[in-house]
Formats: sequence, C-alpha cells, structure tokens
Amino acid sequence: MPKTLNRRDFIRISSLGLGGLAAANPIFDWLSGSVMANESLQETIKRIPTYCEVCFWKCAGWAHLNEKGDIWKLTGNDNDPHCNGRFCPRGTGGVGMYYDDDRLKTPLIRTEVNGKQTYREASWNEAFDYIAKKMKKIADEHGPECIALFSHGSGGKHFGRMIKAFGSPNITAPSYAQCRGPREVGFFATFGEGIGSPERVDIRDTDCLVLIGSHIGENMHNGQVQEMSDAIDKGATIITVDPRFSTAASKSKHWLPIKPSTDMALLLSWIHVIINKEWYDKKYVDKYTFGFDELKEHVKSFTPEWAYGITTIKPNVIRKTAKEMANAAPSVIIHPGRHVTWYGDDTQRLRAVAILNALLGSWGRRGGFYNPEKKKIAKLDLPKFPKPKKTWRDAFPGQFKLAGLALASGICDATIPTVKRDCSFKGWIVNGTNLISTLPNQANTIEAIQNLDLMVVIDTMPMEITGYADVVLPECTYLERYDNLRVSGHREPTIALRAPAAEPKYDSKPAWWMAKELSNRLGLQDYFPFETEEEELDWQLKKVGLSLEEMKKIGLKKFDRQYDDLYPLEGLPDYEFNTNTGKIELYSTSMEDEGYDPLPNYTAHEEPPTDFYRLIYGRAPMHTFSRTANNPNLTDLMDENKVWVNPKVAKEWGLKNNQEVWLENQDGVVTSFPIKVRVTERIRWDSVYMIHGFGHTDKRLSRAYGRGASDAELITKSNIDPVMGGTGMRVNFVTFLTEAPTKGAA
Amino acid sequence: MIEEIIVSGRMNPEIDPYLHVWGWEIPFYLFIGGLVAGILFFSALYTIRGKENEYPSAVKIAPMFTPILLGLGLSALLLDLSHKLYFWQLYTNIRWESPMSWGAWTLMIIYPLTIVWSALWVKDVFPKWNWRYQWLEETIETIRQYKRQMAWILMVLSIILGMYTGILLSAFNARPFWNTAILGPLFLTSGLSAGAALIMLLSKTTKEKHLFARIDLMLIGTELFLIIHLFMGLLAGTQVHIEAAKLFLGGEFTNSFWIFVVFGGLIFPATLEILELRKIKIPHYISAILVLFGSLALRFIVVDAGQASRWLY
Amino acid sequence: MRYAMAIDTKKCVGCSDCVVACQVENNVPIGHCRDWVIEATSGTYPDLSMEFRTERCNHCTDAPCVRCCPTEASHIVDGGIVLVDANECIGCKACIESCPYDARYIHPEGHVDKCTFCIHRVEKGENPACVSVCPTKCMYFGDTDDPNSEISQLLRKRKWKTLIPEAGTKPNIYYLT
Ligand SMILES: Nc1nc2c(c(=O)[nH]1)N[C@H]1C(S)=C(S)[C@@H](COP(=O)(O)OP(=O)(O)OC[C@H]3O[C@@H](n4cnc5c(=O)[nH]c(N)nc54)[C@H](O)[C@@H]3O)O[C@H]1N2
Ligand SMILES: Nc1nc2c(c(=O)[nH]1)N[C@H]1C(S)=C(S)[C@@H](COP(=O)(O)OP(=O)(O)OC[C@H]3O[C@@H](n4cnc5c(=O)[nH]c(N)nc54)[C@H](O)[C@@H]3O)O[C@H]1N2
Ligand code: SF4
Ligand code: SF4
Ligand code: SF4
Ligand code: SF4
Ligand code: SF4
Ligand SMILES: [Mo]
Repeated sequence: MPKTLNRRDFIRISSLGLGGLAAANPIFDWLSGSVMANESLQETIKRIPTYCEVCFWKCAGWAHLNEKGDIWKLTGNDNDPHCNGRFCPRGTGGVGMYYDDDRLKTPLIRTEVNGKQTYREASWNEAFDYIAKKMKKIADEHGPECIALFSHGSGGKHFGRMIKAFGSPNITAPSYAQCRGPREVGFFATFGEGIGSPERVDIRDTDCLVLIGSHIGENMHNGQVQEMSDAIDKGATIITVDPRFSTAASKSKHWLPIKPSTDMALLLSWIHVIINKEWYDKKYVDKYTFGFDELKEHVKSFTPEWAYGITTIKPNVIRKTAKEMANAAPSVIIHPGRHVTWYGDDTQRLRAVAILNALLGSWGRRGGFYNPEKKKIAKLDLPKFPKPKKTWRDAFPGQFKLAGLALASGICDATIPTVKRDCSFKGWIVNGTNLISTLPNQANTIEAIQNLDLMVVIDTMPMEITGYADVVLPECTYLERYDNLRVSGHREPTIALRAPAAEPKYDSKPAWWMAKELSNRLGLQDYFPFETEEEELDWQLKKVGLSLEEMKKIGLKKFDRQYDDLYPLEGLPDYEFNTNTGKIELYSTSMEDEGYDPLPNYTAHEEPPTDFYRLIYGRAPMHTFSRTANNPNLTDLMDENKVWVNPKVAKEWGLKNNQEVWLENQDGVVTSFPIKVRVTERIRWDSVYMIHGFGHTDKRLSRAYGRGASDAELITKSNIDPVMGGTGMRVNFVTFLTEAPTKGAA
Repeated sequence: MIEEIIVSGRMNPEIDPYLHVWGWEIPFYLFIGGLVAGILFFSALYTIRGKENEYPSAVKIAPMFTPILLGLGLSALLLDLSHKLYFWQLYTNIRWESPMSWGAWTLMIIYPLTIVWSALWVKDVFPKWNWRYQWLEETIETIRQYKRQMAWILMVLSIILGMYTGILLSAFNARPFWNTAILGPLFLTSGLSAGAALIMLLSKTTKEKHLFARIDLMLIGTELFLIIHLFMGLLAGTQVHIEAAKLFLGGEFTNSFWIFVVFGGLIFPATLEILELRKIKIPHYISAILVLFGSLALRFIVVDAGQASRWLY
Repeated sequence: MRYAMAIDTKKCVGCSDCVVACQVENNVPIGHCRDWVIEATSGTYPDLSMEFRTERCNHCTDAPCVRCCPTEASHIVDGGIVLVDANECIGCKACIESCPYDARYIHPEGHVDKCTFCIHRVEKGENPACVSVCPTKCMYFGDTDDPNSEISQLLRKRKWKTLIPEAGTKPNIYYLT
C-alpha cells in the first residue's frame, strides 16, 4: 500500500515518462508546418456538433473534419444566440487544445523514489482504486462532507453528482467568490433575481451602455462583444469607467479615467444627480421600488463635487454622463460586469449599480435587462442524495450570510485546521480549475493542500495544480467527448449538444466516464444508471421530443419562449419581485436583516505607498485565464504578458519598452519570472496593469513556461467581502526590480 | 501623430520585427555583378581603343576572373532562393517589368560571353596554352576577328549589368531608402571603381597602375558626389524619405556607412592614390583593397538599410 | 469585377480572431500569418484615441509584387485577386521587398505565401474565413465594381481611408473611419 505522503512537493520534473513524445507524432509536423503545407486546401468532409469549452460562454458550434478525418477547424453554429455563427479567437483557436502535445497523457500517482517525490504512470483501475480507498477512509474518519469538489467547467456536473451521492454538499467554483458572486448577491438583494450567464443584458437594443471596469472587447465573452458592435452600429452611446484606456474606452463617447477603487463614489454621485435632477423614471420607481425616500436622503451629500475629490472625475462630466443615461432610459444598461471581486465592498458596489438601473427603469425593459428563458429538461431518475450533516458554512459562523454558493476561497481556508473546527477538509477533487493561479494568496492555498489526505486533479494539461496532486486524471478535451446538454437561458431557450469529434488522444478519458467508474467503486453505481453517456443524453433528449441522432445533425435546437415576457416590465404591468417586500429594494431589507448596510456606502480603500503602484489585471481577447497559455494557436498570437506602465512612471524609473523587470509586492513577494515593460499612455500613473494567466511555473508546459509573469503570485492579499465572502483582489501594490532578485528567481 | 503602434498576431520570420529577407547573398551578388561590370567595361573600352598591349591587365588578365566571379555571384543568388528546386522558372519567363528577371537574363547572356571573351585572351596571357581541339582553336581565332564588335556589345552589357545592380534595388518603391534614381548610377560607378581597383591590383606596370589610379580617383569623386546627392534628395523628400536618410545621419547605419564606406572605402583610398600619384611610396594594393572592400560594404549597408526603411502608417 | 474588403475601425476590437481563423482555414503554419492586427494609440493620458484594424494583402490594383516577380508566380486573377503560385515561385523574395505592407511571408516550404482573399471560399459564394468569423462583424467583402453591393454602398456612405495611398499601389482594402 502506498504510504501517505504528508508533504506535497510541487513536482515539476519535465522528464516524466508521460507516454513519451513519440518522434513520429504528427502534431510535431503539424506544428512545424511541414505536413499539408503544400497540399491543396482542406475540405470539410464531416462536421460534429460541439459547444466550446475554452471559456464559459459555451458557444455552440461545429468541429469540421477534413479528408483525413482529422479535426480541422471549429466554427460557430449560426442558430446559436451565444455566438451567432461566430466563435471568438479562443474558440476558433480551440483546435490547439486538442493538438497540444504537452497534454496530460495517462493517469499519474504520486510516489516516492529514493526520498524524492515523483509521479508514476498508472492504469485507470489503479488510479480509481487508490482514490476510492482514500475517499472511503476520509468518510469513515471525518465524514464524507470533508471532501470538497472544486470545479470549473462541464465535468463539474458529473463529479458533482458523484460527490453529492457520496454525501458532500461542498461543491465550489472559483467563478463565484473570485468572480461574479457579489454581482449575483447585489442584484438578488435588489431585484430578487441574479444576472446569470450569459448576462441578461440587452446590449443589442440599448441606446446607452455604461461599462464600469467591464472591458468588453478584451473580455471576449462572445455574445456581448457582438452586441456591443451592433450597438455601435446603431449609434448607441457608450460610457466607460476604467482607470485604463480599454478597448471599450476607445469606442466610447465618454471615457471616465477613474482613480481605481473609487467607483462607489461615482455611482453614489450619479444616483445623487439622477434623483436630485429628477431624471429617474418616476412611474417605474413609484410602482416597483421600495425605499426611494431613504435612498434620496442617503445620497443627499454625495454631490459630483464630493465625488470629484475622490474619483478625479470632473463634476460636469459626472452630470453630463448622468444626463446621457437618463436621456436613453429605460434603454440603458449600467453593466453589472462579471469579474467584480475587486475591493471587498463589491456586493455593495453592485447594489449601487442595481439601484442605478432601477432608478432608470432599465430592469425588465427593452434595451435594458431582459428576462432569459431556459429549456427545462428532465432530471435523471436517481436515488435521493444523502442528507449531509454539515456544510462549508459551519466553518464560518455568522459570516458571509448572503453567499448563495460555496466559496472556493472559503473551503480552501477551512482546509487549514484550527482548534475550533471539528472537521477541516481532508480531500479535494479538483476538476478544471488551476487553483494555484486562481485563488488569492498562493502560500495559503499551498498550505491548505499540505493538510489534505487526498487531492485528485482532473485536468487536460499539466497545469501548476496538477503538480500538487496525489492522483492526476487526464481528461480528454471537449472535442473528444460528450458532456451534459447545454441549456443556458437566453432570449430564446436552446439546447445544444457536445459530441466527440475524435477519439480521445493518448490514455485520456471523459469526466463522465471517470465519475461513473469512481462511483462504481464507491458503491454509488445507482447514480449512474446508464451504461454510456450517449444513452443518458438520448434518454434526456427523447424527453423533450428530440434524439441524440437528430441533435448530432443540428447541434442546436431553438425553442419558442413559453411566455411572451422577454421584457416583463414593458408597459408597467403589475409585478411581484422575489424580495421580502415584493418590490425592487432600493433599500435592501435582506441586507438589513443580516446586519449589512441596507444602502451602499462609500469606503475609502488603502492607497499604494510611495514607489508602489496598484496592481490591476484583466483579460486579453485571445486568452482565457491560464488555460490557453500553452495553446499553440493562441500563443502564436500572444505568448507572454507585459506590465503596462505609464510613461511618467517609466521615466521616473528609467524603464524602457520591453525591458525586463521583476515585480515585488507589498509583502515582499517577487514574481518567479521577469516581465517585459510596456510603456503606454493607456494606463494611469498610480497603477500598473497586466493580463492574468501568464508566468507559468510548470516546465511541462513547453510554450507557457516562464513566459511573462503571474498576477496571481502577487495577489497575496485580498479584501474579503463581508456580505458573501468574495475575495477583492485589486488591493495589492507592486514595485519594480530592475535587477534579478538574488534569491527565488528562476 | 501616433504615439504607440502595437502589431499583434504576426511574427513572420525574417520579416518581423525587421525586414531581413535578403541576407548576405544578395549584396554579395550585387557586388560581384558590379565588379564584373567594371572589369568588362574597361576591358572592352581599351580593346576598342586598341590598347590591348598597353594595358594588358585591364584588357586581358582581369577578364579571366569574370567567369569565376560570375559563378560565385550566381551561386550566391541561388543560395538566396528559398525555393531552389524551382530556379529554372526564371528562364521560362521574360518579365521586362521585373529587374530580377532581366537581370537574370542579362547574366544569362553575359556569362557565356565572359567565357568566350576570356578565351580570346588565354593565349596572350598563357603563351604555352594548348586548346587541344583544332575546331576550338579555329573557332576562337574566327571570333578574335570580331573582338572589336564584341567589345562594343560587352561595353553596353556591362553598363546594363552595372546599372542593374542598383536598379534592382531602386525599383522597390516600398523601401524608401532604395527608391531613388541615384542608386543605379551610384552602383554603376562603384562597380566601375571596384573593377578599376582590381585591375590596379593585377597590373604590373606603373603606367597602367597610374592610369587606373587616376580613373579610380575620378570615379571616387563621382561616387562622393552621388552620395551627397542621394542624401540631399532623400532629405528633400517626404517624411518617410527623411526617416530613411536619418538611418545614416544619427541612425543605426551612421557609423558603418560613414566609417567603412565613405571614409575607409572612398576618402582614405583616394588620399592614398593621390599621394601615390605624387610619387610618395605607398603599396598600391592598400588603396585597391580598400576600394574593393568599400564597394562590398556599400552593397551590404544599402541592402540592409533599405530593408530597415519603410513607409510609416 | 473587383473584389475588395472594407473594415470598420469603429467596430474592430483587435481580438485577432481573423488571424487564427485564417491560420486554421488556410493551413498557415504556426509562427506565420497572412493577416494581423494593428493597435495605434495617440495622445496623452487621459486624452487618448485608439484605432484597431486588421491588415492583410491589399490586393493592389497596381501591384508592385506582381510587377517585380521574375517568374509570373505572383499574378492577378479575375476579380483582381493577387495570388502566388507555389510551383512557379523560386523564393527570390523580390515581391516581399516590393510590398509596402509587408503582407507576404516565406512559407517553411520555401515559396512565398500571402492572403488569397480565400478565393477557394469566394468561388463557392462564401465569405473569406476572416470575414465570416469576425465577432464584431466589422469586415465586409464584396465587389466594388457593383454599385449595389454592400461594400459599394458602405464606401459611399462612410468616410474611409486606404493604407499608404502615396505608395501608388491602389489598395483594395478600405478602412472605414
Ligand atoms: N489573479 C487572478 N485570479 C483570478 C482571476 C484574475 O483575473 N486574476 N480571475 C478570476 C475569475 S473571473 C475566474 S472565473 C477564475 C477562473 O479560474 P479557473 O477556472 O481556475 O481558470 P483557469 O486558470 O483557466 O483554469 C482552468 C483549468 O482547467 C483546465 N481545463 C481546461 N479544459 C479542461 C477540460 O476540458 N477538462 C478539465 N478537466 N480541465 C480542463 C485547464 O488546463 C486549467 O488548469 O479565476 C479567478 N481568479
Ligand atoms: N478573452 C477573455 N475573455 C474573458 C475571459 C478570459 O479569460 N479571456 N474570462 C471571462 C470571465 S470568467 C470573466 S469573469 C470576465 C471578466 O471580465 P470583466 O467583467 O470585464 O472584468 P473586470 O475585472 O471588470 O475587468 C478588468 C478591467 O477593470 C479595470 N479596472 C481595474 N481596476 C478598476 C477600478 O478600480 N475601477 C474600474 N472602474 N475599473 C477597474 C481594468 O483596467 C480592466 O480594464 O471576462 C470573461 N471573458
Ligand atoms: S466566447 Fe469564445 S471561448 Fe468562450 S465559449 Fe464562446 S467561442 Fe468559446
Ligand atoms: S476578428 Fe474582427 S474584431 Fe477581431 S481583430 Fe479581426 S477584424 Fe477586428
Ligand atoms: S499588398 Fe503587397 S502583396 Fe498584396 S498586392 Fe499589394 S503589394 Fe502585392
Ligand atoms: S519570391 Fe516567388 S512570388 Fe516572389 S517575386 Fe520571387 S518568384 Fe515571384
Ligand atoms: S481573406 Fe482568407 S487568406 Fe486573406 S486574410 Fe482573410 S482568411 Fe486569410
Ligand atoms: Mo470569471
């Protein structure tokens, strides 16, 4: 029996016999361009439906096979409202994910050889037996609740079923507490409904789009980018609030170059102006909202002059932009953003955004927020899940009471034992999330991992997180597998199918199969009643009058809406909101009940000390987080990130374009790798900017290793949102090291 | 004015971030072309003027090198082709608009002529030479009777060849530094000067040496004049031409050009030649080698700089 | 018939989807490209402006690359599309030197390659790959000789520029500004 390894050394041996890089591997030739180069053009012989997994917009499309039966290209499905037949660059470049020769190839189990930890290749049976045994042991000793599932992406549903059947409710994704959690909570508190994904924003039809930090165009969430373009065509006014001259800012009529961390002051002052000048939608506010008078009283002192001192946005600009919004109302969107965990008071900031939208009457109106509809599909006929005795919430008594979902950061923190906790987490199953570069405070994440009895990582690539696992399970890419039907809500309900366009490469397998096999070993076979995923899908599709065979031909099925309520508040009908008062709560009773400010307040955030700059980060259109950093097609477009520095700052430090520097944060943490400087007017002088997802430390990523620097390394500090536990990550400050640091440098 | 231009998604080798599709082969080829043109020009000139025996190095000896030189030049050209196995396509087409094409054809015609032309002088240079085949001997003798006519042809062809080495570049509107009518005459002059220098190296008589030193001096003077005009022309041009000139006036080619070409390849050897003509003892090969080297350097620098100069947009 | 492209710089977000799409569609080897994206910023913070545009061969009416080609490998076909025949190209690179837009590259196989306006798709009545993928729909392809084509109408309605008209190449890619 393999002995328990208590300390997990990060394994990054590049020479692991990972199935070997066969010299006759066609991908080698493909990468170097010699195969087919002179061959005449390819043709689509067959196309297989899929939906994209390069990000979570989940565009439906097609994998085209060429004459050789190889995957050639990926294109969007014309009928899909997520993409309208056009993938984004990452989706188009998704082929690179399949062809990447650095992929995980076989199951791996951590062992010790001569005192050194390493992985050995294992068979699937060995790996499953190993995991099942450990899981049972943890369940016996601590309870099944002490195993958590971290998951981002399709496989989460399959492992989720398994872990719920096992008896743990602790399923979490970084897309909540590190991403859109505050938005969902803030909007829920106001309208009794969240925003969801894809965002229910009617950008296509809007007359005025206000983007607060939301950097659509770099944030390449497809439908929104497309609709923003439609809005530009139609002549809609775009207002962008961003300390950086973002792509969206360059398309905007008004760009408000705000001092970072002060958005709340701007929002409150907009509310002030709109109420004071009586530019709000009186009928709508009278009919639907609760707490208007309290709000009016509350914002009395938040004048544009007051906000100017905080935000550096001139009072007349604040008034002018407020007027623009009012003129367009109700066809106006103060966009709620998506990655909103910035400064720790994010739920409150998103409350302010929600209030502003409510005042302008955009919720439920054309050009504002529409009402999405999902196609209901039959639930599988499964035995009841056992009732868990405890949840992650028990680790945080009295805290984060409005968190609607489990906190990835919370479970991570709760894994580190304290005297008070009766069970810290003992097992993690990590599917499709690179927690090392996703959660704030890497040292904390690694400490938590050291306290585990079992860590299983299911991934497609040898990302950092896999280096800490006890068992690594190689999933095949989305192009090689079935997955659950896509049923996300939109203007019209749709169902989309993902079918495999190729056999899984190497010894990789789909998550569904892994979850079923593991469940079998855990005695949970009843939860996976079907022999194959195809049968399961076919059963589900038949329930809505379709079949797998038909869906393979069309890929996507659009349905009519059940009710004609796309804009339910058009014409001001009677309407009951899912809040305590049944109204849109400008004044939030649920927040008040839990002891939080019922109306948003401005709090000043810490400023960078001398010689330090606020670290802000974002997206590049051709990459998704860290997951695309090794994709041959996409690294071809951008293979490293740079640190954006204002020319004034560059001059002060004597920095030149493309000069390599190391960044050191307020806690003395230095980036593992140097990063090139990009001297640009597009960034403020009090901040530096970088694209998230670079600076990979795992050598097995041959194209990504050591390229650029990782923002995640520098985010050692986060401000926790008291309302829902979101981790505000823009509270770190960095300075430049122009010489290689003496120790810790790569 | 645009402050920041970011080009993303492209990194074509040898094109980004700086154009450098033409490495050493093309400038070497152009140098050889010019040198051969120079040699043939003087050989033809003094044949026409009936001075074969007065200036044997120029008329008879130097041309012996031309087939070998051309062989080297053409090899360099072939080496440069990235799709070599298709080189024969050059000779399935005649494209008058393409300097590359008519250059290739000119060489195609000149190459055999240089062989014949050298053959005419073989017996003069190597009196013991035996052609082995009677018919060969006879043919050569027959051609010999037309050497004056042939010299005329060669003179015209050598000027075309010399000009071509410059026009090949100046035809490229896309590269502002090349795109000037002066490049043709400049390269022709430089080629003649290189030819003269080689003849100086080969010649055994002071008379011949001094003649070619004087000729070379004249050519160097012309070259300097053309260079000044080149820059004046560029500086009087549009912003892109000014930018191109700036590559040599403070930019990245300043040192190499002014030190190696203008001073080391023109002014310094010219000074040596003047001193020599004034009977101050200086080994003549120093200036000759410097001129040859300067002429080579000119090609290298002009080819590089042209690729570095571009339209701004 | 005169095929042309119009690119609306007001809508292009510089995402490079056109670049990947071209690479995949046309087997452009990794490390090379037929099209690319420019981001040009001017001004000083916070008075800034920025233009995004996707660039490729302009299929010049007066194409210097065709003129300087010694072998007729570079040639113009119906509709004004400038093409390179790989089997005629000797790789002399004169055409690369002649193109003011640096729109050509050397294929690892040795011949020169460039944008074909996706003639293989256009012949089938489809749009070029880059046009059909662009998420902002900022690219338009069509026949400028046909006054009723979408592109002709756009060019009448909107302000536009071409790249380096001074170079005298008469480019056929228009940038709507
Ligand atoms: N520093 C910093 N941290 C952040 C952010 C930031 O901007 N900066 N952004 C935050 C936000 S908004 C979010 S949503 C989260 C996202 O955080 P994550 O979801 O963790 O994002 P990725 O880094 O892309 O990690 C995805 C992992 O999934 C793997 N993967 C890809 N495809 C598959 C598949 O088909 N199957 C399986 N099993 N694995 C797959 C990849 O190889 C990679 O290891 O990060 C948050 N954290
Ligand atoms: N290409 C691409 N697109 C993606 C993703 C991806 O990985 N790649 N990820 C997707 C996911 S999961 C998410 S959550 C979204 C995230 O995308 P968004 O929701 O658009 O993310 P933000 O964090 O708002 O965007 C970062 C922007 O905020 C600005 N900013 C920084 N600090 C401040 C501040 O204090 N105030 C204001 N007003 N602005 C500030 C930055 O300059 C930057 O422009 O993107 C999605 N789309
Ligand atoms: S937005 Fe792009 S990456 Fe995301 S699912 Fe759609 S095509 Fe894929
Ligand atoms: S795909 Fe469209 S939006 Fe993206 S860079 Fe290309 S032209 Fe611009
Ligand atoms: S853009 Fe360049 S390659 Fe294209 S036709 Fe014009 S000159 Fe030729
Ligand atoms: S490289 Fe090929 S296409 Fe270009 S000019 Fe030479 S032969 Fe013509
Ligand atoms: S038209 Fe075709 S070949 Fe040209 S850039 Fe677009 S996709 Fe590439
Ligand atoms: Mo996110």
